[in-house]
Amino acid sequence: MASLRTEGGAVSLAPLTGRSEAKGWQDQPVLLRIASVVLFAGIWQIAGMIPVSFAFPTFFDTVTAFVGLIADGSLPRAYLSTLQPLILGVVLSAFLGVGLGTLCGLRRTGEWLLIPVFIVLQAAPVAAFIPMVTFIYGIGMTAKTLAVMILALPVIVLNTYKAVRNVNFSLVAMCQSFLGTRWQTVSKIILPDASPIIFAGLRLGVAAGFVGVVLAELLITPTGIGDLITFHRSRANYAEMYATIASIIALSTLTLVALQWIETRVFRPEKRGA
Amino acid sequence: MRNATLRKGPTPMPEPLDAIVEVRGISKSYGNVEALRSVDLDFPRGKLTSLLGPSGCGKTTLLKIIAGLVEADAGTISVNGRTVSKPGPERAFVFQDFALMPWATVLRNVAFGLELRGKAAAEREKVARHYIGEVGLSGFEDKYPHELSGGMRQRVGLARALSVDADVLLLDEPFSAVDEQNRRKFQEDLIRLRTNQNKTFIFVTHSIEEAVYISDRIVLLSPRPGRVSQIMEPDIDRSVDPDRIHRDKHYLDTVEEIWQGLKQYVD
Repeated sequence: MASLRTEGGAVSLAPLTGRSEAKGWQDQPVLLRIASVVLFAGIWQIAGMIPVSFAFPTFFDTVTAFVGLIADGSLPRAYLSTLQPLILGVVLSAFLGVGLGTLCGLRRTGEWLLIPVFIVLQAAPVAAFIPMVTFIYGIGMTAKTLAVMILALPVIVLNTYKAVRNVNFSLVAMCQSFLGTRWQTVSKIILPDASPIIFAGLRLGVAAGFVGVVLAELLITPTGIGDLITFHRSRANYAEMYATIASIIALSTLTLVALQWIETRVFRPEKRGA
Repeated sequence: MRNATLRKGPTPMPEPLDAIVEVRGISKSYGNVEALRSVDLDFPRGKLTSLLGPSGCGKTTLLKIIAGLVEADAGTISVNGRTVSKPGPERAFVFQDFALMPWATVLRNVAFGLELRGKAAAEREKVARHYIGEVGLSGFEDKYPHELSGGMRQRVGLARALSVDADVLLLDEPFSAVDEQNRRKFQEDLIRLRTNQNKTFIFVTHSIEEAVYISDRIVLLSPRPGRVSQIMEPDIDRSVDPDRIHRDKHYLDTVEEIWQGLKQYVD
């Protein structure tokens, strides 16, 4: 219903689209989101038409280039190669990070052993490690996966650790008083209670993982998306280059949105309505 | 102000008939602060006993030691004649801050004690629905805690404690985070619930009126270090209209007498 109305572009019609609780166009997040995208594309288009730089294509040129890249198969091929280390690295980081973080939050020894390492890792300009990783692991899949993990892991571990450490103690006492075992306390109380902050860490970690994979492909091996960007830059195919960059940004954003969806669906159903 | 000491107060404590919870020589210190010193107490079966005292008298600490949530430095707690040091199925706790899982519905929160004990979903939900009805929350089974008022949230906490069918219910200032009107209603409901459920209640409060209004027996604790200063049994007929209790002479006299006794500890 809401999408039908937005086709007209008439913002003033918005109150009619909602049910009784709709108060104005501010209450129509779908409309606002579409407006935001349209505004962005419009500014891009104008900036490209001025042009800001001869290397800056318009929005429509970029979209055309994007369709072309899909049609000739180069973009899907590039993603096939990029997604392997990315997914592997992100999934490993997520499980390892949440696991290690939980352990550090629950046990003092874990905290003292591991947390300083991750604090240093988070503070360090990790991109500087990537040549070192290449030196040790070569230019294959391992190096790229490691590049993803070096960037994604610290923030996931540290967020999980903090969330578990600051768990609502009253709920833990409640679980114990109703005879919950240690394992039940962790799985039914601590992790759900910590999940909003854990997921905030996961979102940051996944975003960092995207940075890691693109860095690796620019610095280690010219493959996948990184290669596509480098290739089109070297041939001055700016529209194609921008299309590739925009596509990876879009993918990263969609992944984060999906993560948020999983969080509210699975872990915090009470926030679904909000 | 009238001189309260001239009046004859409630009779001093007689011998307990059947103690379900026995507290023997319980001491507890937090660092240099002595919270409880050698407390001996008996809680009679099927009665509602209040632990009353100013802040710092260790009443919540004593309740948590009975619950097995806090470890005592010395002394023993026996429930039904058996010494206990950890939480057990014969005791259930109602928390001051409700301690409801915000991500779970009323139904799951109430059934949580049974969920932890591995009861099948259908069975525990049947029990939970029954007690949700008992505390007057029918129709709210699928709501989340943030959608309820403070009074309703504590009703969920009470229903959860009732669901596990413990002999002893431990209530830690259950109404302190509930607004005044809801508290009055809730107190009335608690009196009604007590007559239906054959359970022992141990109730921590800092409200004299609340203690006199709902208790069969009141244990007055004095602070620094916490110890038993007086035990009394307000003899108030609760079968009458609840609003009349608040205007009852005996009720008002008892409140006044306790206040005179506690006054010296209030700074």
